[in-house]
Amino acid sequence: MISKQLSIFIENRQGRLGEVLGVLKNNNVNILSLSLADTTEFGLLRLIVSNPALTAEKLVKEGFSAMLTDILVVSIEHKSGSLQGALNALSDSGINVEYMYGLSVHGEKATVVLKASDLKKADEILAENGYSTLSAEEIVEF
Amino acid sequence: MIWNENKECMSRDEMTALQSSRLVKIVDYVYHNVEFYRKKMQKLDLMPSDIKGVEDIAKLPFTTKDDLRDNYPFGLFAVPKSQIVRVHASSGTTGKATVVGYTRRDLDVWAECVARCFTMAGVSREDIIQVGYGYGLFTGGLGAHYGAEKIGAMVVPMSTGNSKKLIAMMLDFGVSAIACTPSYLLHIAEILEKENKIGELKLKTAICGAEPWTEKMRLEIENKLHISAHDIYGLSEVMGPGVACDCSFHKGLHVCEDHFYPEIVSSDTLKPVPDGTTGELVFTTLTKEGLPLIRYRTKDLTSLDRSVCECGRTSARISRFKGRVDDMLIIRGVNVFPSQVEAALLEVEELSPHYMIIVDRINNLDTLEIQVELKDAYFSDEIRGLETLTKKVGHVINQNLGLNAKIKIVEPQTLNRSDGKSVHVIDNRKIYQENQGV
Repeated sequence: MISKQLSIFIENRQGRLGEVLGVLKNNNVNILSLSLADTTEFGLLRLIVSNPALTAEKLVKEGFSAMLTDILVVSIEHKSGSLQGALNALSDSGINVEYMYGLSVHGEKATVVLKASDLKKADEILAENGYSTLSAEEIVEF
Repeated sequence: MIWNENKECMSRDEMTALQSSRLVKIVDYVYHNVEFYRKKMQKLDLMPSDIKGVEDIAKLPFTTKDDLRDNYPFGLFAVPKSQIVRVHASSGTTGKATVVGYTRRDLDVWAECVARCFTMAGVSREDIIQVGYGYGLFTGGLGAHYGAEKIGAMVVPMSTGNSKKLIAMMLDFGVSAIACTPSYLLHIAEILEKENKIGELKLKTAICGAEPWTEKMRLEIENKLHISAHDIYGLSEVMGPGVACDCSFHKGLHVCEDHFYPEIVSSDTLKPVPDGTTGELVFTTLTKEGLPLIRYRTKDLTSLDRSVCECGRTSARISRFKGRVDDMLIIRGVNVFPSQVEAALLEVEELSPHYMIIVDRINNLDTLEIQVELKDAYFSDEIRGLETLTKKVGHVINQNLGLNAKIKIVEPQTLNRSDGKSVHVIDNRKIYQENQGV
């Protein structure tokens, strides 16, 4: 299932990341996972939060460049080689992974956030290979 | 040394008489050969015979860069194309370049003027001179080149872009004079300093121009390199480099007055102001055949001094430039109008129409940063996407301006909105402010 991630463009200047997190705090938004990709000029903050649509709205109101991005949250076995299996399945089908980061680890299970060139196809391929992708509710509960 | 003592040391009365007779001729010439001027004069009910000498010059209409644009490319040429042997071009205020043309005689006059300027700076036939201005449509490279050849110096046509080779040849050849932008020369000086090679130099003089600079920079160049540094001025519309240059006394730039009649007018009223008062510099070309210009507004702010110089030259001198009437920037010797940047950015669909130009000078080299905002619909949360876009914008700017710019995508709504006269430029170099203080 395709889920929503919150992506925020941040200029590389002091305190800017803190300002984003301030908006989240003021709106009682809990961060489930995050990844910060940085270049010399700007950063891209990618967040998995409980209510991405509402959070995006609040951020935009505060003048941030926030948007919702489609991603997959893939559930995998928490053991060596399991992530590789999922990625091999995708690359064998000609799907390119744009970026990826870990979401959480829970007992025998782990989850990763993944953005791919063709998300719909990626979702199908993963299912065919025995990997499940989580819905919004499942992400929060995981 | 004075290249042409006959002209450069004329008495004021003789000069005025020469300028007057040449002005009468050129007015008659443009009236009969350039439709643009004939119409302009007819509108003012002015006949060539109404101009009897330089005292009548204020009766004549002005010419602006926009007039050149409106008559792009060859509309203001006074001779058939067959008589034009060369064209150059500079930045126009919008997409179209400003094109200028020269007859063979114009090129001779140009070389003569540059020869006078270089001689002022101490260059002679004994010298080896590196020309570090760009060769091509820009007047700097070829202009300096022909002037140096006229003197009989050995010319090394370096052009721009390869500091390492320039330094190697400077040392290996025993280069004794260099013509390039002052900021570039300071950059070279710093490299030489770091490599501890200043002592190996044979360099004795530099003729720097194509961008405004300060007395402080001039002294810094002199002290760092143990040479004398001179300021050369020109603009392609009037001719190119060589319109004026400062002598070893550095008290203003001697104008080649027998070819270019200088006036200073108030930037508000456009009425002539007394010598010594700062205003806009206006030139009338007195001898040009290809593209004669009547009262061309340079948009440069300076003042005029017609007293005799300690060097013996009597030619009028202009002071260091105090500013511009318009918003033109000179970045690494290249003229840039914010309107050009705006037009270029409009070509990029992904961008919002807001932008900010930030110019600075870091390690003596001009830097150009252009901040842009993306339209929401084009936002990507992939670094690759944003970097591809940055490169695309950089390419468009380079194609339009002939300059590399650092493109910075900023957060939306952070750039100045047009509330009346919005500020699109931050120039941290503060060159004109410094000159106003001198």
